[in-house]
Amino acid sequence: MSLFDTDELVINMGPQHPSTHGVLRVVLRLDGERVVGADVVIGYLHRGIEKLSEHRDWQQIVMLTDRMDYVSAATSNLGYCETVEKLMQIEVPRRARYIRTILSELQRIASHNLWLGTHAMDIGAMTVFLYNFRERELILDLFEEFCGARLTYSSMRIGGLPLDIPSGWARKVSAFCDLFETKIPEYEDLLTHNRIWKERTRNIGVISGADAIAIGLTGPPLRGSGVPRDVRKDEPYAAYDEFDFDVPIGSAGDIYDRYLVRLEEFRQSLRIIRQAIAGLPEGPVVGKVPRLIKPPAGETYHAIESPKGELGFFIVSDGRSNVPYRFRVRPPSFCNLQALPRLIKGHLVADVVAMIGSIDIVLGEVDR
Amino acid sequence: MTSMGWLLPLVQILIVLNAVLIAVTYMVLLERKVIAWAQSRLGPMRVGPHGVLQPIADAIKLLLKEDITPARADKWLFTIAPIMSLVPALIAFAVIPFGGHARIFGRDVPLFIADVNVGLLYIVSITSIGVYGIILAGYASNSKYPLLASLRASAQLISYEVAITMMLVSVIVTAGTLSMVAIVEAQLHNHVWFVFVQPVALVVLFIGGLAETNRTPFDLAEAEQELTGGFHTEYSGMRFAMFFLAEYANMIVVSAVVTTLFFGGWLPPFPNVGWLAFLGWIPGWMWFLVKCFVFLYVFVWIRATLPRYRYDQLMRVGWKVLIPVALANLFVTAILKVWL
Amino acid sequence: MLEAIAFYGLAALILGFGVMVITARSAVHSVVFLVLNFLAVAVVYVVLGAEFLAVIQVLVYAGGIVVLYLFVVMLVNQKRTPEAHHDPHRKTGLGIMLASAVLAEVTAIVVYTASAPSASPIPVSSPVVGGNTEQVGWLLYTDYLIAFEVASMLLLAAMVGAILFARRMD
Repeated sequence: MSLFDTDELVINMGPQHPSTHGVLRVVLRLDGERVVGADVVIGYLHRGIEKLSEHRDWQQIVMLTDRMDYVSAATSNLGYCETVEKLMQIEVPRRARYIRTILSELQRIASHNLWLGTHAMDIGAMTVFLYNFRERELILDLFEEFCGARLTYSSMRIGGLPLDIPSGWARKVSAFCDLFETKIPEYEDLLTHNRIWKERTRNIGVISGADAIAIGLTGPPLRGSGVPRDVRKDEPYAAYDEFDFDVPIGSAGDIYDRYLVRLEEFRQSLRIIRQAIAGLPEGPVVGKVPRLIKPPAGETYHAIESPKGELGFFIVSDGRSNVPYRFRVRPPSFCNLQALPRLIKGHLVADVVAMIGSIDIVLGEVDR
Repeated sequence: MTSMGWLLPLVQILIVLNAVLIAVTYMVLLERKVIAWAQSRLGPMRVGPHGVLQPIADAIKLLLKEDITPARADKWLFTIAPIMSLVPALIAFAVIPFGGHARIFGRDVPLFIADVNVGLLYIVSITSIGVYGIILAGYASNSKYPLLASLRASAQLISYEVAITMMLVSVIVTAGTLSMVAIVEAQLHNHVWFVFVQPVALVVLFIGGLAETNRTPFDLAEAEQELTGGFHTEYSGMRFAMFFLAEYANMIVVSAVVTTLFFGGWLPPFPNVGWLAFLGWIPGWMWFLVKCFVFLYVFVWIRATLPRYRYDQLMRVGWKVLIPVALANLFVTAILKVWL
Repeated sequence: MLEAIAFYGLAALILGFGVMVITARSAVHSVVFLVLNFLAVAVVYVVLGAEFLAVIQVLVYAGGIVVLYLFVVMLVNQKRTPEAHHDPHRKTGLGIMLASAVLAEVTAIVVYTASAPSASPIPVSSPVVGGNTEQVGWLLYTDYLIAFEVASMLLLAAMVGAILFARRMD
C-alpha cells in the first residue's frame, strides 16, 4: 500500500439523472473526474414491445411502434408499415408515398430539434433548448392537424395512410419550411462558432469510420465519422428516390462533427419536404389492401433511416394466424448506445453527458 | 459623536441587510424574467401582475417546506454549511459604499456602514470564507455527487481568487488606497472612471467574478446536467434557500465591487463635464443601483447565452490565461505608477 | 473596559475552539474549529487596531491554507473511524514530559515579563489615515527586508518542491 493510496469512486449516473435522456443507467468508475470505466445498464423502460407484437394483429402493431422511439413515432410507423407491405407485396400509391416522406422528414426535424435542445442543455446552453422546442411545437401542430395526435401519431397504415392530408396543410408545411430556414441560423449563432461549445465538443468522443462500422453505428454518428451511409440514399424507400438531397458527412468523428451533420440534415430535410410538396401527386392514399391482413408465410427484413440511424424490422409470418410469428426490431438507439462505454473511457464526467447527447438515444427504443 | 452614535450603524445595518435580502429575492425574479424573454417565453406570470409577487411566494414555499437531513449526513456540519455560505455573502456589504453622504433629518449621514481602510481586502477575505459553506455542504451530505461538486467548487474558487486578488491589487495601485470610499473619491479627483484606466482588470475581474459566484459558464459546481444538483443536492427547504440567497447575494457583491472600482460608484457619469452637471441632481445611491443593475443584467444575459466550461478547461482558463494576464497587468500598472 | 470584555471574551473563544480542535472526534470537525479559531484571532487583531493583519489572517489562514487542510482531511482517511486509531507505540510518557516542559516555559515567560518593568513600550499605532497597512508595508520593505526576502526564497523553494512532487506522481 503506497502512501497515496487511491480508490476508484463508483457513481451511478441514472436511472434517475437529469441528463441520461430517460432511464439510462451508466455505472461510472472515476479516478477523480476522469472516467476509467463505464458500464451501461439498460432495461428500465422495457415493455416487451416485440413480444407484445406477436399477440396483436397486424394493424394494431402500428400503435406499438409509436411507443418505441416516442420522439419520432412517424418514422417507426413508416418502417413497420413498409416491412409488412414488402412481406405482402402491396403497392402503395404514389401520393401516399410522398406524404409519408413529408411526414418522416418533418419528424426528422422534430427529432433533431429535441436532440439539439437537450444536447445543448447538457452542455449548459439552456436557451438553445427552448428555441428548439419552439420550432418543434410547430411541427407537432402540423402533425396534430394531420392525424389528431401530437406524440404517438399512429399516422400510417399498412398500404398507405389512414386519411388524406387536410386542405391547406401542404401550404402550412411550406410556410413552416420557410420559417424554419430562418431559425437554423439562430441555433448556429449560439453554438457553431461559440468558443466554449467548440472546446466542449471538438476532439471529444472521437470514433474513426472503421471503428464506427465495426461497432455497428448508423445514422448521424456514423456519418459524423465520414462514412456516407444513409438508407434513404443507398436503399431508397417511400419516395426518396425521386428527390435530390445530399448526405452530409463529417471528418473528425467527434461530437462537433456529429452536431454539424445533424444541423446540415435540417437543411436537407427542408429540401426534401419542399420538393415533395411541389411535386405532390393527386390520387388515393391507400393501396389495395385486403380486409383481413394475413401476410403469406415467409420472413423479411426492411430498414429505413430514422432520425437516429438505421431502423430495421425483421418479421416472420407463418401465413396462418393473424399475428406475426416473430417480430424483431433493430433499433438504432440500441446499436449506437454500444459505442458509449468505448467513447467515454478516459474522458471526464462532464463529457459523459455530452457523449450521451451526441449519440442521440431514446430509451423507449433501446429497451422497447 | 452624540450619545446616540451607536444607533446609526445599527439602523444602517438593518436597512442594508433587509434591502439586500429583498434585492436578492427580486434578483431571482429578474433572472427568471430576463432569461424567459431571451428564450421567447413569459416567465412567472401568475403571482401578482406579471409575477411581481413571485419571490414572496417562493420565499414562503421554501420556508414552509420540510427540512430534510439525510440519515447518514454529518448533522452538525450539514447545518452550519449553509450558514457559513450565507453569512460571508451578507457581511461583505458592510464596506460597500452605496453613496456618499446624505442629509437626513438635518444630520450628515454616510450611505455606507463602515469605511474601513482595508475595505477591498476585507471583501476579498470575507468572500474567501464563503468557500467553506460549499466544501462542507459537499462533505456533510455524505453523498457522491455533492462531494464531487464541492471539490470542483473549492478548486475553482481558490484558483480564481488568485487572479481576482491580483487584479484588485492593480486597481489599488492605481487608486493608491484600499478604502472603497477613497477609491470612488480617487476617481472623482482623477476625472476618470477606472474602467478607462484599467480595462483589462475589469474584464478579468468580471470573469473571475462569474467563477467566484458559480455562474454560467463556470457553474460547474451546480451543473445540474452532470452532477444532478451539485453541492446542494441533498439540501431542501430553508437550508437550500440559504445557499440560493448566498449565490445571489454574491452576485450583487461582485456587481457592487465592479461598480465601485471601475464605474465610479455613486458618481454620476462624467461629473466633471460642465454641461452634464444636471445628472448630479439624481441622488448618488440611485446611480449606484443603476450601475449595479447593469452588471446583474450582464450576469443573467451570460447565463442565457453561453454553454458551460468543462472542469479542466476552467482551470486552464484560470491558471494559464487569467493569472498571467493579471500578473502582466499588475506589472505594467506598477511601472507606470512609479514613472508617471 | 469594553475592550477588556471583548478581549477576554475572544480569548475564551479562542481557547475554547483550540480545545475543540484537538478533542473533536472527526478530523473535518477539527478543521472547522480551526477556522473558527482563526476568525476569532482575526477579531482580536481588529480590536487591537491592526485591521490589515486581521484581514490577512482571514485571507491567508482561514481562506487559503485551511481550505487545503480541509481538502486533504476530507479526501484521505475517510473510512477509518477514530476508534481504530489505537497506536500501541504511542509514547504517552514522553508526550506528557514535553507538554509540561512547554507549560513551564510559557509560565516562566509570563511571570518574567509581568515582573520585569516594560522596557520600551511599543508605540500604539495611531489611527492615522491610511491605517497600519502603510506602516506594515514600510517596515517590511525597509527594516525587515532581508528577513522578508529570505522568507520569500523559502516559499519559492517550497513551491518548486511541491511542483516536483506533483510531477513525479504522474
